[in-house]
Amino acid sequence: MTIKNKPRKVLIIGSGPIIIGQAAEFDYAGTQACKAMREEGVISVLVNSNPATIMTDEDIADVVYVEPLTVEVISRIIEKERPDGLLPTLGGQTGLNLAVELADAGVLDKFNVRVLGTPIQTIRNAEDRELFKQLLIKIGEPVPRSETVNTMEEGRRVAKEIGLPVVIRPAYTLGGTGGGFAHTWEELEIVLNSGLTASPIHQILVEESVAGWKELEYEVMRDGGDNCITICNMENIDPMGIHTGDSIVVAPSQTLTNKEYQMLRTASLKIIRELGIEGGCNVQYALDPKSERYYVIEVNPRVSRSSALASKATGYPIARVASKIAVGKRLDEIPNAVTGKTMAAFEPALDYIVVKIPRWPFDKFASGDRLLGTQMKATGEVMAIDRTFEAAFQKAVRSLEFGKKTLLWEDRKWTLGTDINTYPLEPTDLRLWAVMAALRRGIAPQAIHDKTNIDMWFLDKMVNIINMEKRLLSQPLTPDFLREAKKCGFSDEMIGTLADRLPEQVREMRQEWKIKPVYKMVDTCAAEFDAATPYFYSTYETENEAIAVDRKKAVVIGSGPIRIGQGIEFDYCSVHAARALKEAGYQSIMINSNPETVSTDFDTSDRLYFESLDEESIRDILDNENSNNADGGNGNTPSIVQFGGQTAINLADPLARAGMPVLGTSAECIDLSEDRRRFEQFLGNLGIPQPPGAGVTSIEEALKVAKLIGYPVLVRPSYVLGGRGMEIVHNASELSHYMSIATDLNTGHPVLIDKYLEGKEAEVDCICDGETVLIPGLMEQLERAGVHSGDSMAVYPGLTLTTAEIDTITDYAVRIGLALHIIGLMNIQFVIMPEHPLGGAAVYVLEVNSRASRTVPFISKVTGVPMVKVAVKVMLGTSLKAQGYETGMYKRQHLVAIKAPVFSMSKLVGVDTHLGPEMKSTGEVMGIDYRFEAALAKTLLAAGLMLPREGGILLSISDRDKPEAVPIIKKLAGIGYKLYATEGTASMLSAMGLPVTMTTKKLAEGHPNVLDVIIGGNIQGVINTVTSSGTVMRDGFAIRRTAAERRIPCFTSLDTARAAIDILVRDKHDYHVQPLASYRNRRQP
Amino acid sequence: MKKQAYLVLADGSFYEGFSFGGAADAFGEVVFNTSMMGYQEMLTDPSYAGQILMPTYPLIGNYGVNGQDDETDRIQVRGFIVREECMEPSHYLNQKTIHQYLADGGISGIYGLDTRAITRKLRSVGVMMGMITSHLTPDEALAELKRKPDYGNADYVKEVSTKKPYVWENDKPVEYKYNVVAYDCGLKYNILRLLKARGCKVTVMPCTSKAEEILKLNPDGILLSPGPGDPEILDYAVKTVQGLVGKKPIMGICLGNQLLGRAFGAKTFKLKFGHRGGNHPVKEFATGRVHITAQNHGYALDPDTMKNGLEVTHINLNDGTVEGLRHKELPIFAIQYHSEDSPGPMDNRYLFDRFIKMMEKK
Repeated sequence: MTIKNKPRKVLIIGSGPIIIGQAAEFDYAGTQACKAMREEGVISVLVNSNPATIMTDEDIADVVYVEPLTVEVISRIIEKERPDGLLPTLGGQTGLNLAVELADAGVLDKFNVRVLGTPIQTIRNAEDRELFKQLLIKIGEPVPRSETVNTMEEGRRVAKEIGLPVVIRPAYTLGGTGGGFAHTWEELEIVLNSGLTASPIHQILVEESVAGWKELEYEVMRDGGDNCITICNMENIDPMGIHTGDSIVVAPSQTLTNKEYQMLRTASLKIIRELGIEGGCNVQYALDPKSERYYVIEVNPRVSRSSALASKATGYPIARVASKIAVGKRLDEIPNAVTGKTMAAFEPALDYIVVKIPRWPFDKFASGDRLLGTQMKATGEVMAIDRTFEAAFQKAVRSLEFGKKTLLWEDRKWTLGTDINTYPLEPTDLRLWAVMAALRRGIAPQAIHDKTNIDMWFLDKMVNIINMEKRLLSQPLTPDFLREAKKCGFSDEMIGTLADRLPEQVREMRQEWKIKPVYKMVDTCAAEFDAATPYFYSTYETENEAIAVDRKKAVVIGSGPIRIGQGIEFDYCSVHAARALKEAGYQSIMINSNPETVSTDFDTSDRLYFESLDEESIRDILDNENSNNADGGNGNTPSIVQFGGQTAINLADPLARAGMPVLGTSAECIDLSEDRRRFEQFLGNLGIPQPPGAGVTSIEEALKVAKLIGYPVLVRPSYVLGGRGMEIVHNASELSHYMSIATDLNTGHPVLIDKYLEGKEAEVDCICDGETVLIPGLMEQLERAGVHSGDSMAVYPGLTLTTAEIDTITDYAVRIGLALHIIGLMNIQFVIMPEHPLGGAAVYVLEVNSRASRTVPFISKVTGVPMVKVAVKVMLGTSLKAQGYETGMYKRQHLVAIKAPVFSMSKLVGVDTHLGPEMKSTGEVMGIDYRFEAALAKTLLAAGLMLPREGGILLSISDRDKPEAVPIIKKLAGIGYKLYATEGTASMLSAMGLPVTMTTKKLAEGHPNVLDVIIGGNIQGVINTVTSSGTVMRDGFAIRRTAAERRIPCFTSLDTARAAIDILVRDKHDYHVQPLASYRNRRQP
Repeated sequence: MKKQAYLVLADGSFYEGFSFGGAADAFGEVVFNTSMMGYQEMLTDPSYAGQILMPTYPLIGNYGVNGQDDETDRIQVRGFIVREECMEPSHYLNQKTIHQYLADGGISGIYGLDTRAITRKLRSVGVMMGMITSHLTPDEALAELKRKPDYGNADYVKEVSTKKPYVWENDKPVEYKYNVVAYDCGLKYNILRLLKARGCKVTVMPCTSKAEEILKLNPDGILLSPGPGDPEILDYAVKTVQGLVGKKPIMGICLGNQLLGRAFGAKTFKLKFGHRGGNHPVKEFATGRVHITAQNHGYALDPDTMKNGLEVTHINLNDGTVEGLRHKELPIFAIQYHSEDSPGPMDNRYLFDRFIKMMEKK
């Protein structure tokens, strides 16, 4: 069929680094878009700055650029590639904003590039609140009444017209500071005043309040022939007032009548028609729970996090279909890939319920403000599917992977009584546990409803769970009763806790009584048609649809929800593992719980189980997969645990204990690398040095050890992973303080104290097969040791390391790989100290991870070694030699690639932004070029850290760092930067004879203080190194927070600052813009 | 307390669940509907007469039963099969639970069974007769079931049609511009509401009416309603329709579409498992547009038997069956799906405007 106006070549803009509110869902969307282009015979050119994505794989798009997402860079790509279409709707808000900027800059007109999917005017209409409001009013769709005012009198007038309650939103404040709800006239006076004061331009929006109304979302699509369909609707359990990304959500809606459902569906179709979108669109509504009144709250004229969720919830590939529509296909011309028989022009029917729960970072950021509101705070989410709400809800909670924090968890700090007011029922990440705790203690669901506005339907279902808990506490387990509990979603672990058994005993009972889950298919059509998708979820019913296939197969255990420390990199690895298995002739079986990812796309693996990643569900799946294997006991399906981050590697041991085979490095060897004491011995035997240290349990012991090894020391509790609770301690008083807190928190477990070696840090990723150890590449960190490697800029192929040091690193890596019997991937981190005058070790091993690390995608892309594929082949028995690789460092590419972390700090109120041993970044970017300077310039651009050519900078440097800061500051002054400084730093500058533009006061000592300077808009950057004492620390925190909220680059490490300023002082940023492959092939343009 | 019940199918298979609603044994053709909401509208849809309805959506009764969503004056299904019935509904309009509603109507339900497994069976083997019982063993029920007449042989239209003519007086008053006769083979209220909202005074005539009786009212247009059962056994209705064509503008919905087809000599056949749901894509040839439609039918017109000026205007994108037709010269059109929705998408109400236009032109 010929397609009208089909473009020849399309530029697709990716969403850049993962930040809160813009996460892995756009890798999923972009990847689908590229695949769709290929299917439609359209050449795809992809640009994204984020290397940890499947979409930037060179076999996904036809041409891949890993370059900063700026107008300049994209203009150069357009000039070079000459696409005739631009598809901006798959790259989140980043993609839309860039499309508008490119249009404004005249680039699109100049090169005759057509915007596909969503017209530029529509993007503008949806972005501009006033335009959007007018558009909706024009088509007769209701919006909350509101008016912008500048005075108290006006505010009172508007509130009178609208009627209470109203919400006050101050203009230009972040996180809604100063705003709030007014339910009474007295409250109105207070909030009007605080809002006007908080707004720097004394302007507030007075808006009709719909807090507490039901919140609903519709995902709709429209093609060029004006055919419109609804893919899915979703209902937020948390009512209006909480960002939908931070809400617990179900699909489809549960409490709407057909009339209500259709009323909002019809409105959605009207809106997508009016907006002229050819593709997907998300519409959010507030619906009065007591009448038919509703308001349109927001429209996203693009694919979104919600559409990714809707895709996984229904099986309908929204991004893929939207992309095909964008290049001219109509819905009735696109096959439904799920059924293989019907067309994309239909509306999915669900015969299950889906529950999504956000994953918040407050386990990492204990000091963060946990209150949820209009600013999204979750880094990721989990989804669970089942046939009852109770079971889907419980499964979703399990999928959050909070370990012992099951639905039974209660905070020891809560007062658990009969007074509802003692339960923390305000919207926070802990609310669902608080609701359960309140219900458990007999608080009436109605009372909880009155306080939270959570619909009674959901609360009544939660009561069902509580009732089952109570029965499990008292009733003996019988086959019927146990089955009932399983149907209600109780895990073996929870049943064990309540019925006083071990989880393994519950499992044995289930085996004996033949109580096992069946697996049902997500087929878009509620079983109306025979479907071909191998996409399954578990439930306790009768018919099993996931019949095991008797062939070579292996399970890939995914990485679960995106969280700080375990991001999209591991999904990248999981996807590649599935692909490698397929290529090797295996049936690849994926297990994951994250709806945002490529791994949970039904065509990524041969079979997808959308399930929690805990021991019970993995073993149940394996039992199902083994049920049909011909050779009985020996035919157990093996699992791959190396690619799903800590989630998957933690399952190695339970699987081994259950007698289930693990491919690659054995559970025993994994344990050896994770057990500190055993590992110390192991390295000792190899003669490989480690920073001296010990585990201690008392303050006295700690002080003794620290004195012996010398300050500074690195301290951390031994039971947590990913650097949580890790600190650098410089003296005895700091150590005592840390120990008093840590030992209090963590009775019994030792605290680990290591000598903190403030040297250069480097890491390698390796592949081992037992004989050969391949090191594809080495990365040296720009920041010295002490900054978590995930928060450091890392430079390939190194920066300052000597040949001798690299040789030592290589030697150590090879010996460790062989001695640890690693089969597959391994990551080692080193710290390198200046050569000791008396000889002595210069290279120390900090850490070995016997699994894929977060740098695997980066190194794979930079070196061209498909690390995951090679590793999987090794696990399946093909040696590295046979794959053409030799022991040692792989040939060095003649390029420089830098990986830089990206943070979401502006969204996390109360979290300190300074870099330290605890990881804080949510995503990463890559800058790649032939020279270090060019690569660094691009890295800074991509990470939003590039300082402008001229401007002001605020300096607040700790005494310890002052000497080192001098040359950096001199450079800045040299190019005419205005220097603002806090008192101590200012005296230093004056002593150096540098002109200080302004010395700021301490926060408590009047104005102008540091914050006035930041807010005043005179500075473009902040350098603030951390001290740990008293008011200076508090001021430092305020400086860093304010900078984060104003999105002003804030350097807390002098190493990063130095790099950024070095680049700034060179006059030209002459970097290349070319496809990724060209750098490796050294094809200069 | 939970009372055990069985769903027994004509092929001898049976499923164990629990009884809710009425207590009597229920017989009927077991059919599934894939709509995720709108159970109250479905239960009262006369096209389900003689059938046991099973929604594929597992959670039913969530928003209870209200005073607005009935489509006729009684529950029309013979029985109701659900995965889970909601005992604590939540909605501001809620008046009673689905259990109470069925119990009040004397209709039996069964819950707690693997409805997806049953759907998969029906879609692969075809719909079949079934029985819900909380009194008999599966074997006894099967024997009983064998003695019952097959769904296709019974005339349910006569059962659901009004016995006496009446004028639709409900809803808020409008200025009448047209006189319309609705030929009632199983009318739903929403057809009447939507016609009235467009200025039609609607007189509802029983299915046993002769063409002359209808024409005597001198209507501006005639609406042939949906309805239950096999159109092949409705010769009396076909005869009435034959007496109407060419005389007045006619719009047919669902069974009305099939009766029109038959009136011009076309044949119908039984679909394996029917079309029941709110998500069926229908393509209109004239515009190339795809419409998402509400459907509820177990029979379809054979496109190869269209003759005497009839032509197919719409097809179902899923299976290519006939979804609409018109007469090349006469003011006659019909659709196999439900432009009155309720439940289902409201995208197709414009067809009533088309009917109005046809009457204007006359």
